Amino acid sequence: MKKEEEINDKSRRDFLKTAALATIATTACGSLACSCSPKKAEVAKKVKLLSPDGEIVEIDSAYLNYQEHMAIVSKLEARQGIAGKKFVMVVDLSRCKNARKCVAACQKWHYRPEDKEWLTVKLMKDSEEGAPYWFPKQCFHCDNPPCVKVCPVDATFKRQDGLVLIDNERCIGCKFCMAACPYSTRVFNWEEPDIPIDIKNLQYSPETGIPARVGTVEKCDFCPDRSREGKLPPCVEACPNGVFYFGDENEDTVTNGDETVSFSQLIKDRAAYRFMEELGTKPRVYYLPPKDRQFPVERGYEDLPEKLKDRFKYIMEDKTK
Amino acid sequence: MELNTYQKEIFERQRPVIEKFGKRTWGWTIFYLLWIGVGGYALYLQIAKGHKVTGMRDNVVWGLYIANFIFFIGISYAGAVISGILHLLKVEWRKPIIRIAEMITVIATIIGPIFILLCIGRLDRLHHLFLYPRLQSPITWDVLAIGTYFTGSVIFLYLALIKDFAIYRDAKLNIPKWKQKFYKIMAIGYRGTPSQKRHIKISTNLMAIIIIPLAIIVHSVLSWIFGMTLRPGWHSTIFGPYFVLAAIYSGTGVLIIAMWVYRRMYKLNSYLTDKHFIYLGYIMMVLGAGYGYFTFSEYLTDWFASEKWDNEVIEKLFNPAKYGWWFLFANVAGIILPILVVAIPKTRRPNLITLAAFFMVLALWVKRYLIIVPTLESPLLPMQDTRMEYVKYHATWVEWALTLAGVATFFLFFTLMSKFVTIIPISEFGEKEKAMIPAKENEIATA
Ligand code: SF4
Ligand code: SF4
Repeated sequence: MKKEEEINDKSRRDFLKTAALATIATTACGSLACSCSPKKAEVAKKVKLLSPDGEIVEIDSAYLNYQEHMAIVSKLEARQGIAGKKFVMVVDLSRCKNARKCVAACQKWHYRPEDKEWLTVKLMKDSEEGAPYWFPKQCFHCDNPPCVKVCPVDATFKRQDGLVLIDNERCIGCKFCMAACPYSTRVFNWEEPDIPIDIKNLQYSPETGIPARVGTVEKCDFCPDRSREGKLPPCVEACPNGVFYFGDENEDTVTNGDETVSFSQLIKDRAAYRFMEELGTKPRVYYLPPKDRQFPVERGYEDLPEKLKDRFKYIMEDKTK
Repeated sequence: MELNTYQKEIFERQRPVIEKFGKRTWGWTIFYLLWIGVGGYALYLQIAKGHKVTGMRDNVVWGLYIANFIFFIGISYAGAVISGILHLLKVEWRKPIIRIAEMITVIATIIGPIFILLCIGRLDRLHHLFLYPRLQSPITWDVLAIGTYFTGSVIFLYLALIKDFAIYRDAKLNIPKWKQKFYKIMAIGYRGTPSQKRHIKISTNLMAIIIIPLAIIVHSVLSWIFGMTLRPGWHSTIFGPYFVLAAIYSGTGVLIIAMWVYRRMYKLNSYLTDKHFIYLGYIMMVLGAGYGYFTFSEYLTDWFASEKWDNEVIEKLFNPAKYGWWFLFANVAGIILPILVVAIPKTRRPNLITLAAFFMVLALWVKRYLIIVPTLESPLLPMQDTRMEYVKYHATWVEWALTLAGVATFFLFFTLMSKFVTIIPISEFGEKEKAMIPAKENEIATA
């Protein structure tokens, strides 16, 4: 019974999705029977679509323009989350060499200006004598999120699949959540964000976070829009060293794109920890300690542009003394 | 309304103030309006260009505005002390100053929230606070608490005003028709019948009782905006009472200053006597001692236990190269100075008490700034940011302009209100108050 419902639900969603895609395609071409040339030379596949006047038509999938960052679910669904999921991330600190490919991929995917990072790589040094290590950090999607507790208008919310998202159409920009998040995760749009006009005109969804809006808060969203399409977040895909494992705690699997492993086994075997567990925020991101590291920490420093070097100078230069 | 001879005298003295809008008043009004105009331009820039024009950034998300917010709500406690506590204790000497105190309360409670609005990125969405309210957010508590407190304060001020409005209405003042009409409406038919008197008395007593817990709630929930977060220097259990005490303290200071200014401006030496300054000075001293105790306890525990994060904030506050001098000023001028000035009989004079109160109020503003900014500059994770404006907060001219505009608005409201109502309440003076006011001759000339 449950299974059936799920299937129904899924097919309905798929249908809605393609319908939305078609709407975009038709608005671009003027009519359904348009003369757009097929984009991809794939084997033609017929899909059912909802035309702008509410009729269901069949169209060759090759004629569809695939549009990224489509708001494919309703606002309500975006608030509830993906049923049955419990997203989780594991970050392997022993493999990180500050290649910054994850940062670049995240910035690109979300149309972020260069210096306004959702995902940052910090250089941590836990004690005076301790060895510095690279520490990629995004939103931890805390299970006891201080940011959500303080929001006066429910603009930032916790979903059943574990994600903490922001609705920037509701956010009043009080910045209380920024003061409350102990991990300096959130960023504010201090001015009109500089994004391409076609992106600006996209329909907004808390799941895509696009387009950004002035006077509102935003942060890493674990890319649920990509999860819905069965894809991994760009940071996970982009990392050349497989630092990020992303997956579902309910299924007990996480993957970094190359290997898929058992989540519980991984965090047991590698003695995973959560950052500042003592704060009681219960993050959904686990870190594997930087033990037996694959790269010396300098590898992530030497080739950085001057501007980025400046960030870490106080630790790196101190060390070489 | 029949006035006794004593009331007549008080009234006659203040009559010109509400009858005429003199040149000097015009001058000040225009001056204030100019400042407000500059602030208006700053506000326009902030709305048009976004909050980029302020010094606030992702780490220091709040700055001057929030400091001003706490400060103004703090001084609004002037009314809560005088009208609330002293009313219930039936302290007779409070009567000439209740109006000033209540006016400070109402005006400051209007201006404080304006500053929190300036902090908000999307003013166009303010109605979301009511469309999608979430009760667990301290901001919602603030909206509710301040809203109630403001309403209560307005009622309290008005209750004490009804009798006076009736006096103005019947006094055949040389004023325009609309103003006559205004008095008539505001006096809501008060004739001084025994039943009317009794009703006002009961309501006033009731409001005095209500206003005290309200005042305590307001500053407590305000402090919890900070106390409820996991930030060093904020996450403290004593923040509620600490803020409440600081608020009453600064309120008393502002009341002393306002009394001094009015006494000078309108030559009210025989009503606002030295006794008032000295008694309020005593209150200030006691509050200062309590506030000092809280301050000491707060920073001593942080410093002694020296947890990593607390230490970082403490280091910033103690280091002369960072906030050290400001911290020293906040504590010397904010605690030691007022206590000493009042404690030493030689310096216990209206002018000196007022000076001490002035520095104390300034120091308390600085203290609010020091509560907010150093903590926000010390996030738990290393900042590792090369954008200097993100690392260290510097208020921009926009923020200063709006701050000054807020102060100007405070004065403007005060000036305008004093053109409608007498600063010294007239109806409060029955025959029996005569004795408590010294004859003008044996008064120490201070003004
Ligand atoms: S890391 Fe910060 S923003 Fe993300 S859920 Fe936790 S408290 Fe909220
Ligand atoms: S800034 Fe927006 S998301 Fe954050 S607490 Fe305020 S309204 Fe909520």
